[in-house]
Amino acid sequence: MNVRRVESISAQLEEACSTGDSVEDELEMATVRHRPEALELLEAQSKFTKKELQILYRGFKNECPSGVVNEETFKEIYSQFFPQGDSTTYAHFLFNAFDTDHNGAVSFEDFIKGLSILLRGTVQEKLNWAFNLYDINKDGYITKEEMLDIMKAIYDMMGKCTYPVLKEDAPRQHVETFFQKMDKNKDGVVTIDEFIESCQKDENIMRSMQLFENVI
Amino acid sequence: MAAGVAAWLPFARAAAIGWMPVANCPMPLAPADKNKRQDELIVLNVSGRRFQTWRTTLERYPDTLLGSTEKEFFFNEDTKEYFFDRDPEVFRCVLNFYRTGKLHYPRYECISAYDDELAFYGILPEIIGDCCYEEYKDRKRENAERLMDDNDSENNQESMPSLSFRQTMWRAFENPHTSTLALVFYYVTGFFIAVSVITNVVETVPCGTVPGSKELPCGERYSVAFFCLDTACVMIFTVEYLLRLFAAPSRYRFIRSVMSIIDVVAIMPYYIGLVMTNNEDVSGAFVTLRVFRVFRIFKFSRHSQGLRILGYTLKSCASELGFLLFSLTMAIIIFATVMFYAEKGSSASKFTSIPASFWYTIVTMTTLGYGDMVPKTIAGKIFGSICSLSGVLVIALPVPVIVSNFSRIYHQNQRADKRRAQKKARLARIRVAKTGSSNAYLHSKRNGLLNEALELMGTPEEEHVGKTTSLIESQHHHLLHCLEKTTNHEFIDEQMFEQNCMESSMQNYPSTRSPSLSSHPGLTTTCCSRRSKKTTHLPNSNLPATRLRSMQELSTIHIQGSEQPSLTTSRSSLNLKADDGLRPNCRASQITTAIISIPTPPALTPEGESRPPPASPGPNTNIPSIASNVVKVSAL
Repeated sequence: MNVRRVESISAQLEEACSTGDSVEDELEMATVRHRPEALELLEAQSKFTKKELQILYRGFKNECPSGVVNEETFKEIYSQFFPQGDSTTYAHFLFNAFDTDHNGAVSFEDFIKGLSILLRGTVQEKLNWAFNLYDINKDGYITKEEMLDIMKAIYDMMGKCTYPVLKEDAPRQHVETFFQKMDKNKDGVVTIDEFIESCQKDENIMRSMQLFENVI
Repeated sequence: MAAGVAAWLPFARAAAIGWMPVANCPMPLAPADKNKRQDELIVLNVSGRRFQTWRTTLERYPDTLLGSTEKEFFFNEDTKEYFFDRDPEVFRCVLNFYRTGKLHYPRYECISAYDDELAFYGILPEIIGDCCYEEYKDRKRENAERLMDDNDSENNQESMPSLSFRQTMWRAFENPHTSTLALVFYYVTGFFIAVSVITNVVETVPCGTVPGSKELPCGERYSVAFFCLDTACVMIFTVEYLLRLFAAPSRYRFIRSVMSIIDVVAIMPYYIGLVMTNNEDVSGAFVTLRVFRVFRIFKFSRHSQGLRILGYTLKSCASELGFLLFSLTMAIIIFATVMFYAEKGSSASKFTSIPASFWYTIVTMTTLGYGDMVPKTIAGKIFGSICSLSGVLVIALPVPVIVSNFSRIYHQNQRADKRRAQKKARLARIRVAKTGSSNAYLHSKRNGLLNEALELMGTPEEEHVGKTTSLIESQHHHLLHCLEKTTNHEFIDEQMFEQNCMESSMQNYPSTRSPSLSSHPGLTTTCCSRRSKKTTHLPNSNLPATRLRSMQELSTIHIQGSEQPSLTTSRSSLNLKADDGLRPNCRASQITTAIISIPTPPALTPEGESRPPPASPGPNTNIPSIASNVVKVSAL
């Protein structure tokens, strides 16, 4: 037992010595800092008031002192809200939806842009955002596979202990329902127009879009 | 939920818009922000040092003093600040906990003072971050040991009349400082052990010559005197052994212990010698037995703490010693073989066989060099010198390495064991807290249902039953509720889930279920009659059967205890009940039932409570009219 431990310790020492450029990596990480644009500029760009922006930024900076959120942190934060399930996949999709310039990090501007649409945007903008979220490869069409991925991610967040018991094909069935509702010309994909049109016809969806108006 | 993350709750709620187009059901209403105040700065005056923070920072942890309304007791009207007459140094750590979500333990702080402060502010010490947790636990353990030592020494001074004679004797034997008699006994036995050992040694010294015969050892010259001394010592030892045997709390264990074996071995030779006659044949064996008398010296280990520690140390590094021995044996065998074959050629060589060469190799490698066996051939001499050189290496190298290794591994092992022991307890507590948070959601669901029911009844001024959750918590629960609605599944806790699994496997035997239900009296006495009407009932049944029943039923109040045996009935009844009443949202103009439970003081046992039935099996989404739900509530 002790011999094994000696070996493992020596292995660790070797590993630590072999990464010679770790110093540079650390330096690089430390210098990734992002300062957001001026408060007035952001106020003009988004639909938030100054006070709301202040509150938002304080919370943002608290969790991410460096000023940007990378995907790991994003997943961690999001998983704190759903303790029973696994929210990493959905957080990944969400991250891609927020990271509009696809540089692997969500800065405060991206954050505000997304939130501005979600909380203060018109219904059209919100539906657009949702479409963007579902369209994983951003090609303008939602295929059944993409929707299935999204649905599985959502169901993963529920976790194992649900009532009724979560069946294997529950996401797939849900996708079928969704496509029946949305895919008007039955061509197997949902375009943005079909999506917006079908959503506008559904009162449930319209009503729930207004649900989070007063979040801030 | 961690602190800073509360700031991200608005984002998570906004992102929930992504679920909306996918959901088939309408979403529940968001909790209204009734007391929406502008975020303001709070001044906390701790013994004169002023700290300021946002109100929302403090409200992140509503179950602590600063996060709840308890701090209002400390509000000073004149200066419009909160005054705490406590240590400002520790308060710094406490406030940082609210800000960053991590609680640190400052090393310069006294552990009991820190604990007191944490208890005052209502913070669990288990939340201390990984960086400081080990230090905290170590200090706490030292403190506890110190307290225990203090208590022990106090207890020792007290007289304990309740101990029996036997127990007092055992205590006297084990701890000679308890009474004077014990101390006397301790010294007497020590003296006699010394006497016995010395006589054994002196016995063999040649004592001068008796005229007319050769030189005799003292033992044979003064045999009577020595015999008397030996008898006296053995008497004492026997008496001591018998007394210990009598006083031992567990005689079997005492007999098996090392010390008692040493005692027995020390006195046995004398008795065997008494029994055996002075026969020439066995006298040789009798003499050999005397060797065992030297074991009496081990009896000193009862008197010496150091000897005991040495014995324990040897026992604990047995593997290292074994390795040393093994490597030595390997080297010995190799060199002995080589020397044997090298010296085979020379005549009259002492290296008659390989085992005979072992002696040479050992003497050479340990650099003793007696010289009774020396190689004569050139090859033998060459290999002999190699042997002695390597002997130095083989012996000298592993010993310090083993010693330092042993010391390091020993300490590391101790630390690892400590951390492992701590980790288990920590994780258990963290798990409890985590399930607490998810249970909090399930718990508040029921309370929320009750509140909504009361509100819809038109009594908005009524007190909300149960724990008032903070705004953040209610928003979080609303978020989880939206997720439930999107996927048409509900969160339940683990035990219920397993129960459901078990019951779904029992679905094929519905007839056997009803007798089991009726055989359990107890909780749901009001529903018994109704239950017997049902024939087979599957948990995931369809609507038509249940709709009928829902029209008939009124709500009931379940007053549950929290004992286990009644839990099964409550669960099975819940599974039946769950489909009877339907959640108001998806059905218009329907008389729904609300099962209201009054939570018992152990608030985190939601499994005992009855569940509101919000499950709405999928496809029929009629036009919802949330406002026009009629909830009929009848209280017994």
